[in-house]
Amino acid sequence: MDLFEYQARDLFESHQIPVLAGAVATTPDQAQAAAAKIGGKVVVKAQVKVGGRGKAGGVKLAENADDAKEKAAAILGMDIKGHTVHKVMIAQAAPIESEYYLAILLDRANRNFLVMASVAGGMEIEEVAHKTPEKLAKVGINPNIGIDKVKALEIAKGGQFPTDVIDEVADVLVKLWQAFIKEDATLMEINPLVKTSDGKVIALDGKVTLDDNSTFRHPEHEQLVDHDSTNPLEKLAKEKDLNYVKLDGQVGIIGNGAGLVMSTLDVVAYAGEKYGVKPANFLDIGGGASAEVMANGLSIILGDSDVKSVFVNVFGGITACDAVANGIVQALDMLGSKATKPIVVRLDGNNVELGRKILNDANHPLVQQLETMDGAAAKAAELAGK
Amino acid sequence: MAIFVNENTKVIVQGMTGSEGTKHTKRMLKAGTKIVGGVTPGKGGQSVDMDGQLIPVFNSVAEAMGTTGANASVVFVPPKFAKAAVMDAIDASIPLVVVITEGIPVHDVAAFYAYSVSKGKTQILGSNCPGIISPGKTNLGIIPANITGPGKIGLVSKSGTLTYQMMFELRDFGFTTAVGIGGDPIIGTTHIDCLRAFQDDPETKAIVMIGEIGGDAEERAAQFIKEYVTKPVVGYVAGFTAPEGKTMGHAGAIVSGSSGTAAAKKEALEAVGVAVGKTPSETANLMRKILNG
Repeated sequence: MDLFEYQARDLFESHQIPVLAGAVATTPDQAQAAAAKIGGKVVVKAQVKVGGRGKAGGVKLAENADDAKEKAAAILGMDIKGHTVHKVMIAQAAPIESEYYLAILLDRANRNFLVMASVAGGMEIEEVAHKTPEKLAKVGINPNIGIDKVKALEIAKGGQFPTDVIDEVADVLVKLWQAFIKEDATLMEINPLVKTSDGKVIALDGKVTLDDNSTFRHPEHEQLVDHDSTNPLEKLAKEKDLNYVKLDGQVGIIGNGAGLVMSTLDVVAYAGEKYGVKPANFLDIGGGASAEVMANGLSIILGDSDVKSVFVNVFGGITACDAVANGIVQALDMLGSKATKPIVVRLDGNNVELGRKILNDANHPLVQQLETMDGAAAKAAELAGK
Repeated sequence: MAIFVNENTKVIVQGMTGSEGTKHTKRMLKAGTKIVGGVTPGKGGQSVDMDGQLIPVFNSVAEAMGTTGANASVVFVPPKFAKAAVMDAIDASIPLVVVITEGIPVHDVAAFYAYSVSKGKTQILGSNCPGIISPGKTNLGIIPANITGPGKIGLVSKSGTLTYQMMFELRDFGFTTAVGIGGDPIIGTTHIDCLRAFQDDPETKAIVMIGEIGGDAEERAAQFIKEYVTKPVVGYVAGFTAPEGKTMGHAGAIVSGSSGTAAAKKEALEAVGVAVGKTPSETANLMRKILNG
């Protein structure tokens, strides 16, 4: 889960990482009240989980609370690269002397964690890496050893931080590491980390990604979930514990196993080129799926008004094809006349004969079976294109 | 021959007394796997009847190894306790740990992987993987044993169901070993580890490599193929249509910015002479052509 900037700020603050006063607002009036409370000049920042908001006009300086209200009114509702702005953050303005960069992230290639630290901040770190690689320290961290003050100082030196801030930067890095571990993060980035004109080191903007697999030990992370911009179908699927992602096509997809479902999307996309259709979603019913899970999945997909046809693609490993077939029959019974879209089914693997027989015996007018994945994808695409 | 596991591998199951553990222990036994024990802390001394075979339960991996001579473990322990289970296995210096469990926090995986590296005695397969099968010899994990039999193809894949699909497509040829390396961001055994083992295995004549979006493991595997692998390799990559920033089922399957795309992976593989299929069946046909000469 990616956090909004204001959530990252609050999380940093809770781990004693120095931040400026800030508050989130969803209306211009709230923005005005927040700015009045902070006092003086403030920055009004669009809260979107996408880069480039500054260039898009999503960050504005306000002279006072009334001005903050006006600026918030202009920013709220803006569209930034397809993301609607529902919230703004009101942040205390600070006189900045220098901008630095600090981040800890999961390093998949090296199978450990990576710290990146640079005296050159405020821009994309890829740019720093490209133009002035000597100013960027990249240090792998053994998760069982971590970062203490000595290690942090060594890293800060490598990132060419000046002597007057190096101690404070190292302190921030140690705290960032502790936060990274305690929160089960896969990314914590401070960009920029700034030195103000009175010599303080402060995290001015942050990006945080938390590991979704860790929610069992972080019940408090639930409140960070952004329900406003979650697609209603995705929300419904989540309640049913289904692995679903809404896409923008017309062929509804259900399969078992992440790899097979991804592959199914591709095969449908190729077949769909001829008919001008694409996959409408990703839905993985998982291993050992029961009839009930199948029925839940099918009813979500049939409830998507963009869907023109459905492709159920199952290779039964642990999942039994008869359970899948029963799930399809049950879902159609349950939906009755509400089910109006053609369903193409391809079953193979565990108990396939029985699965195919159940569907043949049910003889539902919407359901047709094909033997191969490619053939079934082509049929589903053709039906969606009609 | 086969890679990593064979008919002599003695297997223990961590989490054998749980429902998933019991179900799959029975399946593995049926497939001929030599299962010599289970490990559940606090339940040592009991025995579990697995369709007529009594399998003893131990409190720790070290105890199980001491009594049974086990040299591999399969982990079905739930995410919350998986780290402790794998640490226990590493402490016992067991040569191979197959972590089937899905949903382990990546910090836990990073910690046990780093621990295994520092100890230097234990190979980890997974986490979040379907396991490894050498058809006709042994089966560690949840890959169905009845899809196909022994043959000359080596298979390495991030995905379980795509492994099954590919074994099914090429069932008339059979496999030396099929390895599901898992879909988590950090995994213990990589495409490269498997490619090296298949290259060194005299019975494996050709290799199928299945990748998916996220990370750059396939690109690095391509580089390795160029340097080391002389056997024919065909490839398949899933996720061409996956949108940026959305996790597609596997925790590791995500395109971030321009990195981790299926197109980049396909290009990297083709650049080193790997024939890459557009669909699983096309990929199988590429392999078919190679094996039929």
